[in-house]
Amino acid sequence: MATLAAPGAAAPAAAMPERQPTDWTTPAMQKRIAARYAKERNFRRLGAGALVVAASFLAFLLFTIVRDGWTGFLRTEARIEVQFDATTLGVDPAAAAGPNGQVMLARADWQALLLQAAQQLGPASDQLSDAAWMQLRDAVMADPALLGHKASLWVPVRSSIDLLAKGKFDLSAPADSRGVSDREVADWRWLEGQGRLRTGFNGAFLGNADSTEPELAGIGGAALGSLLTLLVTIAIAFPLGVLSAVWLEEFAPKGRVADIIELSINNLAAVPSIIFGLLGLAFFLNFAGMPRSAPLVGGITLALMIMPVIVIAARVAIKSVPPSIRDAALGIGASPIQVVFHHVLPLALPGIMTGTIIGVARALGETAPLLLIGMRAFVTDVPQGFTAPATVLPMQVFLWSDDVQRGFVEKTSAAIIVLLVVLIAMNSLAIYLRNRFERRW
Amino acid sequence: MSTNPAIGHNEPPPKMTARDVNVFYGQKQAIKGVSIDVSAEHVTAFIGPSGCGKSTFLRCLNRMNDTIDGARVDGQIELDGQDIYASAMDVVQLRARVGMVFQKPNPFPKSIYENVAYGPRLHGLARSKADMDGIVESALRRAGLWDEVKDRLGESGTAMSGGQQQRLCIARAIAVDPEVILMDEPCSALDPIATARIEELIDELRGRYAIVIVTHNMQQAARVSQKTAFFHLGSLVEYDDTSVIFTNPKATRTKDYITGRYG
Amino acid sequence: MRMLIALALVLGLAGLAYLAGRARGNRMVAASGGRIGAVHSRPIYHGAYVAVLALAPALVVLAGWGISGERLIEGQVLGSLPAAERPTAPNDAQALMNEVRGLVNGDLPQAFNPLAPRLAPVYAAARANGDMLAGALAVALLAMGGLWGWSRLRPDFRARNRVETQVRALLLLASVVAILTTFGIVLSLIFESLRFFQMVSPVEFLTGLTWSPQTAIRADQVGSTGAFGAVPLFWGTIFIGAIIAMLVAIPLGLMSAIYLTQYADPRLRRWLKPVLELLAGVPTVVYGFFAALTVAPLIRGLAVALGMTDASSDSALAAGLVMGVMIIPFVSSMADDSLAAVPRAMRDGSLAMGATLSETVKKVMVPAALPGIIGGVLLAVSRAIGETMIVVMAAGLAANLTANPFASVTTVTTQIVALLTGDQEFDSAKTLSAFALGLVLFVMTLILNIYALSVVKRYREAYE
Repeated sequence: MATLAAPGAAAPAAAMPERQPTDWTTPAMQKRIAARYAKERNFRRLGAGALVVAASFLAFLLFTIVRDGWTGFLRTEARIEVQFDATTLGVDPAAAAGPNGQVMLARADWQALLLQAAQQLGPASDQLSDAAWMQLRDAVMADPALLGHKASLWVPVRSSIDLLAKGKFDLSAPADSRGVSDREVADWRWLEGQGRLRTGFNGAFLGNADSTEPELAGIGGAALGSLLTLLVTIAIAFPLGVLSAVWLEEFAPKGRVADIIELSINNLAAVPSIIFGLLGLAFFLNFAGMPRSAPLVGGITLALMIMPVIVIAARVAIKSVPPSIRDAALGIGASPIQVVFHHVLPLALPGIMTGTIIGVARALGETAPLLLIGMRAFVTDVPQGFTAPATVLPMQVFLWSDDVQRGFVEKTSAAIIVLLVVLIAMNSLAIYLRNRFERRW
Repeated sequence: MSTNPAIGHNEPPPKMTARDVNVFYGQKQAIKGVSIDVSAEHVTAFIGPSGCGKSTFLRCLNRMNDTIDGARVDGQIELDGQDIYASAMDVVQLRARVGMVFQKPNPFPKSIYENVAYGPRLHGLARSKADMDGIVESALRRAGLWDEVKDRLGESGTAMSGGQQQRLCIARAIAVDPEVILMDEPCSALDPIATARIEELIDELRGRYAIVIVTHNMQQAARVSQKTAFFHLGSLVEYDDTSVIFTNPKATRTKDYITGRYG
Repeated sequence: MRMLIALALVLGLAGLAYLAGRARGNRMVAASGGRIGAVHSRPIYHGAYVAVLALAPALVVLAGWGISGERLIEGQVLGSLPAAERPTAPNDAQALMNEVRGLVNGDLPQAFNPLAPRLAPVYAAARANGDMLAGALAVALLAMGGLWGWSRLRPDFRARNRVETQVRALLLLASVVAILTTFGIVLSLIFESLRFFQMVSPVEFLTGLTWSPQTAIRADQVGSTGAFGAVPLFWGTIFIGAIIAMLVAIPLGLMSAIYLTQYADPRLRRWLKPVLELLAGVPTVVYGFFAALTVAPLIRGLAVALGMTDASSDSALAAGLVMGVMIIPFVSSMADDSLAAVPRAMRDGSLAMGATLSETVKKVMVPAALPGIIGGVLLAVSRAIGETMIVVMAAGLAANLTANPFASVTTVTTQIVALLTGDQEFDSAKTLSAFALGLVLFVMTLILNIYALSVVKRYREAYE
């Protein structure tokens, strides 16, 4: 231990003056410490401030969307008394009760009947929605006995009246900048004065497909399109993702193949989603000739996109199953495949499910790749199948947000509310699964 | 059980005193009513089986338990007669006065020089670059590291051997000129040669700083310390001169531990 | 629909094959008198072996027909037309075929193209023939495979080992899909880009300063070539994604992570972390809507108040700001991970020296975590430049080369969407340029990702 320098005394005196013990009580030192604490407080405030900014942005976003969107779930209707006159409809009342009655009623001239009934609305007679006649038809088809009788019905009004009733316009603004004409305001006041308007729950918004008229447009078609698309996505991505994860974790020999696969998966997980859209367009549509705008193609494209998410989550879940379980099963003579399918996968399932739900939630919110494979089609009917043209919820949001009609603003926000509710539910389920079934070994 | 701190008649007042200290982690009580005096002249060793609370108690002496969520300390601990848990006591100052060396060497991922200069810089102890150079050199010399590193002060502190890293951490603690140095099993991650080196160093530092060392190695306690405290299940069982503890312990539990019945 | 029926049929037959194999296994077990080990594998493995041999070739046939069948039929249908009447442009042929399909499926009551009604029966016949042929081939292969497998079953036949080998092959096959996807992306991008670069030189594309892809209504139209200098797009992408968004996301994300990991009460942390995750889970189309409808007018109002009369309503600032907020949780969680990877001893060491927490964070923890944080930021940049919906909805289409955040710029992804939506001719330089842009985007994000991941990986290893 010759190199060990003796403290103090052994050191060269010139280089090592003995320092006085630090006096912590001097004013200078106290001031310095106070300044350090002030910096500490400021830094802490800065951190809290950053979080507050991020959270308040989210709050502001949610606030504006709920503020603009909640009225989208409401619809204004006008009451009209309808004389279901068989002559105007052009149907034979006797035949209407017969075996082919429904077909005949479906073809009757309901628009003429509506036109007649709308006269009672006086100046506002043309403020009923274009599709109001369907209400008349449905009433009679549900109860053919109405034919020839008079009934009081609630039918939807045009979007501008609807928005006026919901107070969406600033009526104190000058006429040319408030977005609604004087005539419409007058018609609305007249209808209100007559007590013919009511605003109630908008079932059509949840059930209908898209429409050019805001008061008739709904998210039903897009929701069904999303469902069909996600079914395809799950059917492909879940088995592929889990099987790849099993291979990579349990069977892959160390070597180039496994490395390349791992690299591919890690990179695919970070490839921008729109690139998958280009793949779908170039390969599935142009090369393989698959149908445009179809949930099938959308589903496959999204499946390729979220597969890496599932693989990565499943690998983590499989890795967390302790080797002792495998050893125990192998020890009583199970084959490696049996070990995986009987023991490892069931134990890893909660983790795999969590990853899958998060991946599917991501697919549900995705728009960009679907734009390129044509799922922005204007589809006025609910999709008929996996290969029929369809649109999806986020795409509906995108399409409506582009629409110049004022009535679509609240529809867009309302559709966002639905989308967010579904996504939050899915993510909460994933978090719940993670917390409920997460096992610490 | 209450243990009266053993204070000799001709000894100066203790550097640190603890009275009836309890520590809780959430609902669990980790330290039960410990009272002890730490002398400025001596190396004091805390021994006991693992989980007995000796490290927990050590961390009370410079309030490092504050950094653990859910830890609560009550009782009284004084440094030179000042209550260190009083609101008037400033933690930053306290920790500068009561330095700490950890179980595993934990140099910062900075150069050797910067590691040692870190503390003086925080507390504004150097008035100039030359002053700082002097502080760094004297700290490294006292830690017995100067000759090994004087030509490579710019290299990373994490690139040294484990023993050198630990001496660097001691130099880092010395550089702020503390009054007490707490060492939490400083040799448990080191090989025997490096351990011997640190033990020698502790002996050299004795007298200049009050040193408290936690160790699970009884031979080490016997070699480096003058006072030994035996902890068991969160209580202080016995505190006396090291020679007394190792040759003639009063409590049966101490005797059992010393003779290797458990631990 | 027919495809689904064929699939169901094939699966049903494979089920029968399974039952047959299992029955034979059962008989072998019965014949051996139930002595353990007399029959190597359990009957279900015999069944599974036969089923796999039956199913695999049939599925390959059906998948092949599903992918390439439509093209074969198309060729056949168009080939039936006299050469003079055949549409020359691929786009016209595509439109014609769409009408023909519409007529056959009954989606279209009436065709515009007079050729369509003539071709409809040809198409229907070709479709029926092809489906029939593919179906017959699938069933024949299924029967052959099944019978062959069935004939191999013996008491000492190692059916379980065979089935397990087949399962392993299936696992490998599933893993290979990732490689195939990567290849598919690279090939389709390169293939279409090469076609683009036959029309426009790569040098012009990568260095040109003017971007105005014009629509050529007719091939012989004057000035139909347009200008394809993509530098303004690259600049716009970097300006919004890598500059403005990062100016928002890095400080906010980093400070949030520091507060959450170092300062926040555990209970508060339990609440705040999901809020940040929620911010990450909001679909980008929602951010886009918010940026376009709420933020952009505010920014424009601000610009006008500052005296800028020509402030754009789709400013780079609006898109970049919202994109930055979208990226906050991403940066924050990467920084969170990096800070968490710094050993606790490092933090304790600094605190024990009498450093305040902020001094510890600034002087010890952040420098120690820096490689991980930088890696995370690079990943965030890659995420931001590939982000599409926010810029499609909130950024403009005008390719300006400007550093004024209140002006409108356009990005690579915005242009890809603009070029490929609507009914464009697929072979024009205009549509093909989208693939060249996609290739650039892909390469840029790939480099960022690979580099960032390697930085993060090396960082993790340093503390393990």
